[in-house]
Amino acid sequence: MAITARTTAPLMRGSESAPVGRDQMSETLSSQPPVRPPAMRTEAGAKPRTAAEINKLPKKVTATDVNFFYGEHQALHGINLGVPEHHVTALIGPSGCGKSTFLRCLNRMNDMIEGTRVEGTILLDDQDIYRPRTDVVELRKRVGMVFQKSNPFPKTIYENVAYGPRVAGVRKREVLNEIVEKCLIQSALFDEVKDRLDTSALQLSGGQQQRLCIARALATGPDVLLMDEPASALDPKSTARVEDLIFELKHTYTIVIVTHNMQQAARVSDQTAFFYEGHLVEAGPTNELFTKPKEKQTEEYITGRFG
Amino acid sequence: MALTATTPPMELTAPRRRWLESVIHAVLLVCAAASVATTVGIVAVLLSQSIPFFREVSLVEFFTGTEWAPLFSPARYGIIPLVFGTTLVAGGAAVIAIPLGLGTAIYLSEYATPPVRHAVKPLLEILAGIPSVVFGYVAVVFISPLLRKVFPSADYFNALNASIVVGVMILPMIISLSEDVLRSVPRSLREGAFALGATKLDVTMGVVVPAALSGIMASFLLAIARAIGETMAVTLAAGATPQMTLNPLKSVQTMTAYIVEVSQGDAAAGTPEHRSIFAVGLTLFVMTLALNVFAQMILKRMREKYE
Repeated sequence: MAITARTTAPLMRGSESAPVGRDQMSETLSSQPPVRPPAMRTEAGAKPRTAAEINKLPKKVTATDVNFFYGEHQALHGINLGVPEHHVTALIGPSGCGKSTFLRCLNRMNDMIEGTRVEGTILLDDQDIYRPRTDVVELRKRVGMVFQKSNPFPKTIYENVAYGPRVAGVRKREVLNEIVEKCLIQSALFDEVKDRLDTSALQLSGGQQQRLCIARALATGPDVLLMDEPASALDPKSTARVEDLIFELKHTYTIVIVTHNMQQAARVSDQTAFFYEGHLVEAGPTNELFTKPKEKQTEEYITGRFG
Repeated sequence: MALTATTPPMELTAPRRRWLESVIHAVLLVCAAASVATTVGIVAVLLSQSIPFFREVSLVEFFTGTEWAPLFSPARYGIIPLVFGTTLVAGGAAVIAIPLGLGTAIYLSEYATPPVRHAVKPLLEILAGIPSVVFGYVAVVFISPLLRKVFPSADYFNALNASIVVGVMILPMIISLSEDVLRSVPRSLREGAFALGATKLDVTMGVVVPAALSGIMASFLLAIARAIGETMAVTLAAGATPQMTLNPLKSVQTMTAYIVEVSQGDAAAGTPEHRSIFAVGLTLFVMTLALNVFAQMILKRMREKYE
């Protein structure tokens, strides 16, 4: 089954015209309230040790046979991956292996790139996000994203965090104040900026800007947080803070993180998926994948023989 | 070794000077100096004629007088009516061109598909290339009769008439400068906003346009400076009646049109009437220079923000 994601379409509800007959679900993503309270905290930090344990966990995102094309070039080949709820899944692999492309499939950011095409299904809970009539605006409120290079808007710190709720229609100042404060506390930035919420976000340091972008992503009340090498442009101290933050956030959110840094994947993630040349070579519990990888390519990559 | 002993030491002094290098240097210096010298020369001429003028007509009368009648006896040299004429025409042109130009720029930068953009931009170049005298007679032959059908009380030569054509003339400038600054807003900002569940309208109006605002303002100022300096079309279309009016349907005279009138007339050099065009020219020069400098300052600040 081919599902076309056209660049002109992302903002128009139900404008996709791909032939899809399988999905009969009548409930749409848009039936969700615009801003949802964070989900309840679950089992604090207990790391699943085995593949069997990981497989038993409820899946927040399930990708099945995902192929991705930039024009004629196929960038992803039949990716199958389940992302367990309230855990951190790390995507590793050499540059150009498709891990960022896969990440950007999960909130349909690739829709914005002209001439791209997705095949297969990606379920968020039990809804196919590439089904026609999916509202990408609602999808992206539930699947937040933090980018490699921090990209705060040239607005105040407050307005950066309030942006998501504002475009979702939150107008009341008290509600916005509450969201901004809560998200800045969650992203461990509040104490550093609480006295200057009305100053420009561009005056913050790189590490602070990245945590602001995390706060901004949390403000729409997402279930899933996608992080595309969130610490690659940061110094070691800021990196450590972001990693601590990921550890905290996984109790509330489901996190998928792309990283070049294998130590980082080992430190923060519960599950690791190794991509190579558009294929998912191996996925499993992080400790297993790093200590006894099943595939030779994985072993060579994590021991530094290539990549 | 015998070889080194018999080779004479290498001559480091060139046999002759590399004269071509010096010639090129000199030629290029002359080129650069020519434009600087021209500017200095023009300012010098303006001043050399204006200073004797201001010996006969006081600065106070010139800048506060409300009557411009150089041919009357006694002659009146109050520049305010000419400034009114210029402001009315340039302001009217801005009112017409700014919304139209900004709208077009936003469309081209954010909404248009590449084929549309590639088709529209050459058309704008053509519009920018139409000689202003053509705009002038279009105003006189087509627009003025049309206006008088709608507003029977309008003078045949009137400010609105001129505003419309000057507005069309500055439109390509506003569009191309504004589109440049809109497109220079980093893609990462747009992606950041889309990832928060913003619609295209949210992203455009809430992020891209505010981020580019200073550059957009600068494009407006440069276009207004151009409108103020525009001569041919307003001389033909706006009339030759210096008067203090804000009614766009009245015949007015702009500063530029006055200069044309006197230059073409038979005022003898050395008379106050003849010298007055230099005083008006100097005033015009200072006005447009101030707008240009201000616009460049804004643009510079905008560039610093993203680099």
